[in-house]
Amino acid sequence: MSDAPPVAARALVKRYGRIVAVDHVDLNVERGDVFGYLGPNGAGKTTSLRMLLGLIRPTEGEARLFGRDPIADGAKALDGVAGFVEGPRFYPYLSGRKNLRLLADLDGNGAKGRINEVLELVELTDRAGDKVGGYSHGMRQRLGIAASLLRAPRLLLLDEPTTGLDPAGMRDMRALVKRLASEGITIMLSSHLLVEVEELCNRVAIIRSGRIVYEGTLVDLKATSAGGYRLRTRDPERARAVCVAQAGISDVQVEEDDLRFSADEDAVAALSLALGHAGIAITALVPESATLEELFLELTEGDEPGAVAEVAAA
Amino acid sequence: MSAVAGIYKWELVKLRAQKRTYLGVGAAMLVPIIFVTVLAVKGHGGPNEIPLGRYIRETGLATPFVVLFFMSFWAFPLITALVAGDIVSSETHNGTLKTILTRSRDRGQIFAGKVLAAFTYTVAVVLAMAVVGTVAGTIEWGWKPLVSLSGTEVSAGHGLGLLAASLGVYVLPLAGIAAFGVLLSTVTQNSAASVVGTLMFALLMQLLDVVPGTESIRPYLLSVQFSAWHGFLRVPTDWTPVIRAFWVCALYAALPLVAAYLVFLRRDVAGE
Repeated sequence: MSDAPPVAARALVKRYGRIVAVDHVDLNVERGDVFGYLGPNGAGKTTSLRMLLGLIRPTEGEARLFGRDPIADGAKALDGVAGFVEGPRFYPYLSGRKNLRLLADLDGNGAKGRINEVLELVELTDRAGDKVGGYSHGMRQRLGIAASLLRAPRLLLLDEPTTGLDPAGMRDMRALVKRLASEGITIMLSSHLLVEVEELCNRVAIIRSGRIVYEGTLVDLKATSAGGYRLRTRDPERARAVCVAQAGISDVQVEEDDLRFSADEDAVAALSLALGHAGIAITALVPESATLEELFLELTEGDEPGAVAEVAAA
Repeated sequence: MSAVAGIYKWELVKLRAQKRTYLGVGAAMLVPIIFVTVLAVKGHGGPNEIPLGRYIRETGLATPFVVLFFMSFWAFPLITALVAGDIVSSETHNGTLKTILTRSRDRGQIFAGKVLAAFTYTVAVVLAMAVVGTVAGTIEWGWKPLVSLSGTEVSAGHGLGLLAASLGVYVLPLAGIAAFGVLLSTVTQNSAASVVGTLMFALLMQLLDVVPGTESIRPYLLSVQFSAWHGFLRVPTDWTPVIRAFWVCALYAALPLVAAYLVFLRRDVAGE
């Protein structure tokens, strides 16, 4: 049990009538991961997280948190697990501190003794006595993190933790997530913000229309678009002819003064020699890979709902 | 059990922090004050046609008994419904249900804490009415012996004991109404629908009590149990209505609670 991964979901399905919100989703979050769960709005991220936390029952499949089933094992499955879905919610007529005291009582396990510490960590000590009804969105988000940390979690599940925050709030929230990750907490966060995921996460799963279309590292994801090159020479016309004639060079396209093509490294090396032999001066020959955003849009848009990308080998 | 006690304690804290709670308590305390004031201003007569009504001016102790009768029609059912019908659905509406269900307590424990809090509130409002009614009545008409429904005189101290026993049996049908409110609150996830539905349920019971052809089921209607306390005011004590109130109300409370519990255990907590 102790070696069980923080999150292991197998063939999770959630149907609402004829609508399939989550369609045979597999998720694997390992210890120490900062795992990004990426997808457009409505793709099924929150529904997946709800199933992981035991808030809704899967129609099919199973979810495990450290080897425990949140449906069958109830609250025991949430030992060492904390987080929130669709934004943290509190009792607006109680103060921030009283909300935390309530939750600490529901947690037990010494949570009450951590209230001051977590308030300090999220910089809410000064406003802890005020009713939550008067808190800004950012303060509620921070109180949500504080409420999660009361449980001294080994796994944090955060549903779009920076949504609705101003730029400074987003920066602070990301810094906090980094800090928690550096303290050894495994983090799974859903987001539709690529910059955020790129900054924070080592592994990602991308969901589209309820189905996982990629799971693996960001490095591997970016590598899927490797092999593109841009060439600029003093004689584009002749350079194009050399490219087309060269073995291993494909998809040659002219874009203004540049040529774009696909090739492996050996073919590119041979091309550079061929251009030299032809007396064509090279001013730029650079590898080009798609941005994370381009890859994300490629995976999450278009006609085909998409099978799981085979590139997800990592 | 300590887990449920902790949840119950916080449910009471939540109730105490909400203005809506005081609306019901305030109304329950205001009714006997208005009642005594109106009769005091009027200077003579009383509600002679209802139990103990004819003795209203003879002792302050009669006041809470008489007000119990008046408030059983819709006031207490409405006040009960205000909290019981809201106790789960407000958490769904505010999104706080998911907050408390992702901590270290099982759903069954959360449910038990909420039901206990709803019952406690019901008992509290009845008690508040009785205390205010007794004090207001005593200020106006004095602390004197009570005349029982059998026409015998009962000392004021004994009368107070009978009032306590009467309140104990009076809250039983309210517990049945509260249980129905909790069921609607759990199933509909909508506070307004639950409160109105619970009140309609209580009124339907009263309707069945008066329409022709229902004579055989009348002793088992929830509304009839509001009169069970009359048994304590007879000499000797008539235990028949009291005992019947216990088991009838237990059924009316248990069935919705079991249904609500099962729904609460299995329901999806999604959306706001």
